[in-house]
Amino acid sequence: MTQQTRARRTGSPTSGVGVATRDVHLSFGSNHVLRGVDLDVPAASTACVIGPSGSGKSTLLRVVNRLLEPDSGDVLLDGRSVLGDDPDVLRQRVGMVFQHFNLFPHKTVRANITLGLTRLKGLSKDEASERALVHLDRVGLAHKADVRPGNLSGGQQQRVAIARALAMEPEVMLFDEATSALDPELVKGVLATMADLASEGMTMLVVTHEMGFARSVAQQVLFMDHGRVVEAGEPGAVFEAPRTERLQRFLSQVL
Amino acid sequence: MDALNTVWDTFFDLDAMRAALPDMLRVGLPNTLILALFSALIGTVLGMVLAVCGLSQRRWLRWPARLWTDVFRGLPAAVTILLIGVGLAPLGLGIWGPNPYPLGILALSLIASAYIGEIFRSGIQSVDTGQLEAARALGFSRPSGMRLVVIPQGVRRVLPALVNQFIALIKESSLVYFLGLLASQRDLFRIGQDAAANTGNQSALVLAGLFYLLITVPLTHVVNAIDRRLREGRRADGAAAEEPGAATDPAPSTQLAISQEPR
Repeated sequence: MTQQTRARRTGSPTSGVGVATRDVHLSFGSNHVLRGVDLDVPAASTACVIGPSGSGKSTLLRVVNRLLEPDSGDVLLDGRSVLGDDPDVLRQRVGMVFQHFNLFPHKTVRANITLGLTRLKGLSKDEASERALVHLDRVGLAHKADVRPGNLSGGQQQRVAIARALAMEPEVMLFDEATSALDPELVKGVLATMADLASEGMTMLVVTHEMGFARSVAQQVLFMDHGRVVEAGEPGAVFEAPRTERLQRFLSQVL
Repeated sequence: MDALNTVWDTFFDLDAMRAALPDMLRVGLPNTLILALFSALIGTVLGMVLAVCGLSQRRWLRWPARLWTDVFRGLPAAVTILLIGVGLAPLGLGIWGPNPYPLGILALSLIASAYIGEIFRSGIQSVDTGQLEAARALGFSRPSGMRLVVIPQGVRRVLPALVNQFIALIKESSLVYFLGLLASQRDLFRIGQDAAANTGNQSALVLAGLFYLLITVPLTHVVNAIDRRLREGRRADGAAAEEPGAATDPAPSTQLAISQEPR
């Protein structure tokens, strides 16, 4: 599906920014984690990265927002290389959600969200608080604004983490196994929040083990193994007609 | 019975105590508090600098911090106090005259900084790496993320250990007597010790001891209170979560001081 048809379908404002990597390599010592990864997530689309643990999925996400610097290759945002940019500015354009939520436990839910808004975006306290409440409302947790994260369930914490990332008004969102640490009954709510975001036209790169989500929400599924994208395509093709033996074996294990 | 009375009088002669009390209150107590407070303050600031340097990614910041810590934690307090208080005295004489306090405070601060630096370092290191990662993912630089997110959590966890260090400092402050104190510069210990030496009766020293206990024992209760709050607190200050499985994974801030998180 192209960006235009998506936008027409949802009628929502779309993120006009796509994200791509070109032949990205990264080693930790002798461990060659990424071995030439090419990736293309068109604007306002969702790509899901699947694969066994240790295949380099999470590392790839961290290269996209430069929490890790690639040894070689390029990272493109909106078609332009970002490796020369100030990484702190780049990261304001790329939101990230983590497996373990990583909310700041010593701050209230509201303060988790306003911290970046006041310190990085230069919003006043009131403006930041207002925007925090808007984004908390989106994930159905405005009533928890003054609670500390430790008092929330995992699912609520992850939705707060999503709100925290979205409040920075990123152009691209990265999800690193956002539901892997959740109790089964809490997964659905977080996936629904993510699906909403996708349908509103956010550009999303999602590392996940939720094959159902990948199948129904993503326009593109990439299967990674041993630091390479082994197979990529539309979810239908990837799930129904895997071409490589490795993907067949992986799918037989997870489905 | 006579022997028992003698022992009692040696330690608990109320008249001897009463004689020493005015000096204890007017001179000894303020001086001990000045020594302890200033060196705690300076030691805490230096300790934080040491902790941050010790955790730096830059080797040239890391190893001086390491060396500093090893030296001032490894030397006997008396040696450090004498070396600095006596060794630098000629230098101090030109600046603030014949007052051993600045150098005494400096020496105590250096000793305290080594211990406090290690306390802070362990606290900061116990904060999950995901915290800094999350701060950086929002767009904070590494130093900002440390300052706003990691260090506040790390310090919170080691508050009990920090207060313990302050208690040690209050006791160690008595060692400044090595530096030779004028009558008006004597701390609690020195006043008790002088009276005991003059009269051959230990009661004034016992009184000095009581003063130390009066300061340190409440502080140990502060430690326990903080510890309790860190363990249970936080839980009670928000409405209970409604979803099932709520609040089952402990927030890092509620974990025991200095404990490493199992990750």
